[in-house]
Amino acid sequence: MDATFGEEGIRMSFNDILSLLRISLHAMVPLALTAAGEIVGETAGLFNIGLEGILLLSAFGGALAAEFGGPGVGLLVGMGIGGTVSLVFAVINTYWRGTQMVTGIGINLFAVGFVAFGLIQLGAPGFHDVPKAVELAKLRTPMGLMSPMILLALIAPVVIHWFLQRTRAGLMLKAAGETPEAADVAGININRIRLLAAVFGGALAGLGGAYMSVAWLGLVTKDLSAGRGFIALACVVFSGLNPLLALLGAFIFGFFQALAEWVKTLPSKPIPGEFVSMLPYIITLLVVSGAIGRVRFPKSLGVPYKRE
Amino acid sequence: MSGDESTVRSRWLRGAHRTLTGLHPALESLLAAVVGLLVGAILMYLYGFDPWKAYAGLIKGAFGGSYEIASSLARATPLILTALTFSICLRSGMFNIGAEGQMYIGGIASVLVAYFILPTGLHQIAGLIFAAFAGAVWSLVPAFLKLTRGVHEVISTIMFNWIARWLALYLAIFVVVDPLRPEKTLSIPMTARFPVLVRGTDLSYAIFVSIAFALVVYFLLWHTAIGYEVRAAGLNPTAARYGGIRNKRTMFLSFVLGGIAAGLAGATIVMGLPPTYAIYGGGGLPQLMNLGFDGMAVAMVGRNHPIGILVAALFFGGLNAGGRVMQFYGSNPVPLEMVRVVMGAIVLVMSIPELIRLFPMIKKRGEELIEPLKRWTRRSEKRESA
Repeated sequence: MDATFGEEGIRMSFNDILSLLRISLHAMVPLALTAAGEIVGETAGLFNIGLEGILLLSAFGGALAAEFGGPGVGLLVGMGIGGTVSLVFAVINTYWRGTQMVTGIGINLFAVGFVAFGLIQLGAPGFHDVPKAVELAKLRTPMGLMSPMILLALIAPVVIHWFLQRTRAGLMLKAAGETPEAADVAGININRIRLLAAVFGGALAGLGGAYMSVAWLGLVTKDLSAGRGFIALACVVFSGLNPLLALLGAFIFGFFQALAEWVKTLPSKPIPGEFVSMLPYIITLLVVSGAIGRVRFPKSLGVPYKRE
Repeated sequence: MSGDESTVRSRWLRGAHRTLTGLHPALESLLAAVVGLLVGAILMYLYGFDPWKAYAGLIKGAFGGSYEIASSLARATPLILTALTFSICLRSGMFNIGAEGQMYIGGIASVLVAYFILPTGLHQIAGLIFAAFAGAVWSLVPAFLKLTRGVHEVISTIMFNWIARWLALYLAIFVVVDPLRPEKTLSIPMTARFPVLVRGTDLSYAIFVSIAFALVVYFLLWHTAIGYEVRAAGLNPTAARYGGIRNKRTMFLSFVLGGIAAGLAGATIVMGLPPTYAIYGGGGLPQLMNLGFDGMAVAMVGRNHPIGILVAALFFGGLNAGGRVMQFYGSNPVPLEMVRVVMGAIVLVMSIPELIRLFPMIKKRGEELIEPLKRWTRRSEKRESA
């Protein structure tokens, strides 16, 4: 293994940069959607670490639904799955006052088992191809073929930012996460608003999951989510619940994922593939540990509300 | 009734009452397990399997005979340790979900004994020390990041799991690789293997490492001052700090202990699970994969208590061993992955506090049973003090 950063090792043409950017934007979408949804949930006070499982379940369910009724149905079913799983999470953690971390761990375990089980039932263990015909068509742009979902991933955080900062409902969400006692006195139904926020966030994560199988990678594997749910959580932490910053974070992580993929295709193999694959996770750690300190979170994040 | 007699009786009643209340968590775990198995049954039914046949195969494969029980115990061996990783840190108030990565690193570290020649006994101890050290170091970094930079341990431990996975794969394929068979690492030499406990099965003496570590953790957390500090910091960090407990120290201690446990879990697989005594690189470390995550389910059902974990690990070890039988069971082959679906459902249910309250009838019945006992104890206590 000779690590040569030699002449032909790293030489990027304009086309390389363009394709790197294109892959980055595609890799950004699931992270951006999931992070934007989680920000809504966390603003209301629910910390869902089951995102990883939601991504995996909705990627699987979305792919099956797409084969049944086309890419639109696939994406919608993905949203539905994300919303439903989040509904279970939210009911346990609002009305039944559960432990949010433990519920999230349960969702992740369940998803890993369920998707692996489902893939075996489909034939090939651990692997399922989505037919090209039912994948979401990509748009022809000056930058090459781009998924229309990229546009959605860019718009959604802006809309959510506006919603949280400028609307009455957004303020109610903030109140539910910050001082639920005061919000309760003001006539806000804490549990219901938290439930709605979590279901909305889960639906966005589900859309991101279905995007991975139906509109981007065109396949389902049993570890398709590959830590993306947690990287999205890291984006949320890094942003301090600001959807626009989270979008930036998602792009950074998307870029490093794309970079890792690109380095792997280099003929000279300057770095062993295993180390390249570590890169997005190491960057996540570095970014998060650099960003902490200046961000603050809702006071009642993760605490179930108990009426006196 | 003489005073003496009534004291004896009241003491007995109080004991019975305490036992019943003490059993309450165990009953909840049992209920969660039942609900989890039910979810699995519904899923199997929807997929066109016969859940009764599948579970019959599973139970037969888990506890049907001495071979099956030994196999279940062998599956429980690493789960006890990874469950302890999660539980120790939870007791000190943190969610360490990094057992998976710490176990990979520990497993690879224990392969290093293949480069040494040592007498039996010493060789095993060397392997365990390597694994424990590597696991502890791997778990110290998230603890350090949390202390200095405030990085949430859930995020850092998960990232470290992925980094560990790729690092372990790299080391298994390129560094500690068997030069004659590049698909696996060097095999552990005979002198460093844990001997098989029950002949013809894959249960080895490694299980005593797990049990001993669980007992050590129990003693440390419940019968020493530092253990008390760890638990106090977990219950209420602010109060603990006012009480003079250094939270940073308890945090480091719990992460180090957890890392040691996870590292040892890797070693029990590499040094104590016949027939390979090596790590296979292909397919993402299949022997080790998911043991760390499964440990969290064990910890939850074991109520984060070392003794509870021993019982819960036997249950989950049985599920895994039985699942292997279930997937080849006659005309009804249910994939092994179903076991993890059941695990996930059980953990979901376990996250609901006061689970029994959700079933008003059980609760009412339970109270009807306990109420007279309570009244008796109260009355006899009054009589005693009078």
